Amino acid sequence: MIEINHVNKWYGPTFQVLKDCTTSVAKGEVVVVCGPSGSGKSTLIKCVNALEPIQGGDIVLDGVKVNDPKTDLPKLRSRVGMVFQHFELFPHLRIIDNLRLAQEKVLGRKSEDATAKGMKLLERVGLKEHAKKFPAELSGGQQQRVAIARALAMDPIAMLFDEPTSALDPEMISEVLDVMVDLAREGMTMMVVTHEMGFANKVADRVIFMDRGEIVEDAKKADFFGTPRSDRAQKFLSKILQH
Amino acid sequence: MLGNFDFDVIRRALPYLFLEGMRFTLTLTALAAFGGLVFGTLIALMRLSSYKVLGRIAGFYVDFIRSLPLVLVIFWFYFLVPYIGQWVTGASRPITVGAFASSLITFIAFEAAYFSEIMRAGIQSISKGQPAAASALGLTYAQSMRYVVLPQAFRNMLPVLLTQTIVLFQDTSLVYVLSIPDFLGAASKVAQRDGRLVEMYLFAALVYFVISCVASFGVRRLQSRIAIVR
Repeated sequence: MIEINHVNKWYGPTFQVLKDCTTSVAKGEVVVVCGPSGSGKSTLIKCVNALEPIQGGDIVLDGVKVNDPKTDLPKLRSRVGMVFQHFELFPHLRIIDNLRLAQEKVLGRKSEDATAKGMKLLERVGLKEHAKKFPAELSGGQQQRVAIARALAMDPIAMLFDEPTSALDPEMISEVLDVMVDLAREGMTMMVVTHEMGFANKVADRVIFMDRGEIVEDAKKADFFGTPRSDRAQKFLSKILQH
Repeated sequence: MLGNFDFDVIRRALPYLFLEGMRFTLTLTALAAFGGLVFGTLIALMRLSSYKVLGRIAGFYVDFIRSLPLVLVIFWFYFLVPYIGQWVTGASRPITVGAFASSLITFIAFEAAYFSEIMRAGIQSISKGQPAAASALGLTYAQSMRYVVLPQAFRNMLPVLLTQTIVLFQDTSLVYVLSIPDFLGAASKVAQRDGRLVEMYLFAALVYFVISCVASFGVRRLQSRIAIVR
């Protein structure tokens, strides 16, 4: 579904954020990307739907080459859902209108169909009664659940999560993770940048560990949590798991 | 001292002052503000465009306009445009551009430059995550601007845009150089006809002052009501 082949990316002429990254996510697979901050994991996931350009290598999404200048990027992006660290709901639109906007403007759905779809998804994330509110009236956890529903409203073939719980208060993390766990169990293809190792342990098929722009470890979940092969991954795990 | 003043001259001139003069002033203000906003937004988008050439053209335009005295351009535009029009169209005599059209174009050109700077700040005040989220949903650049970025930028900047419009309302009085009867022009005509300069100019000042003050007060009220809660 997602193939990342020898991807290189620089910020400016000298700073290389991604160094020869190669990995893939199969249909229905849940892959967790972890690593210390500044390791390039968020950058990598943003390259998948071309929110960030790459300078070398290839990214292929469901058979479409992302970094081909001829690719219709808006169309490609509409097929992949993305959830951001800071939710990025549109603050001037009501919750239901946040869910309707792209359905109507990008997919051309009728207003009543988009509303029905939106309400169904809001019900699914447990926020149906908040449909008429504005984003700022909701808690962080609720906003992130709306953001997930907004992405799902496009019927995506895969979902990308960029540190979805990093900006949340601790007591709100689980309500977002619960939604993601359900999604994973339903067979959604997911690439998740997160530090939530509990989530990784529960639903991930594979775990990728990145450090300084490199994919250091790319292993089945059991292998990764059992005996990580690299020192760096071991150190990272010991730091993150001791709490 | 006030005994020598004839305030009745104001009462007698009221219909002319407001139905002709003020109507012209308000029409010019509204149209120039609207046109300025539309073109100003376009110029702001050009300045923020990733195409460097567009940005430079827009930047040059804004700097150019801001380096010229408005009253000079109103004057210059009115007297030169007929000849430029003649030259462009190859007509045998200077084309006719009415005083209203000519002053409207001048004001739109000026306000576009001012509004573009305001809209630019407004667009830059929106976090980069917003257009990114819009793109991630599949919206094109134009759609993302239209439905996500510009509505927020416009709302953030509305108080400043309205304040600039109040300045514009006062600036429209500069059309007096074309002898157009805007509110001040009308007052000045009556003043000279009846020899009542002090009364008429005092009255004109009072009217501008009251309208601008009330409008400023309204903007402040609005500001607290429309702010998007974050």
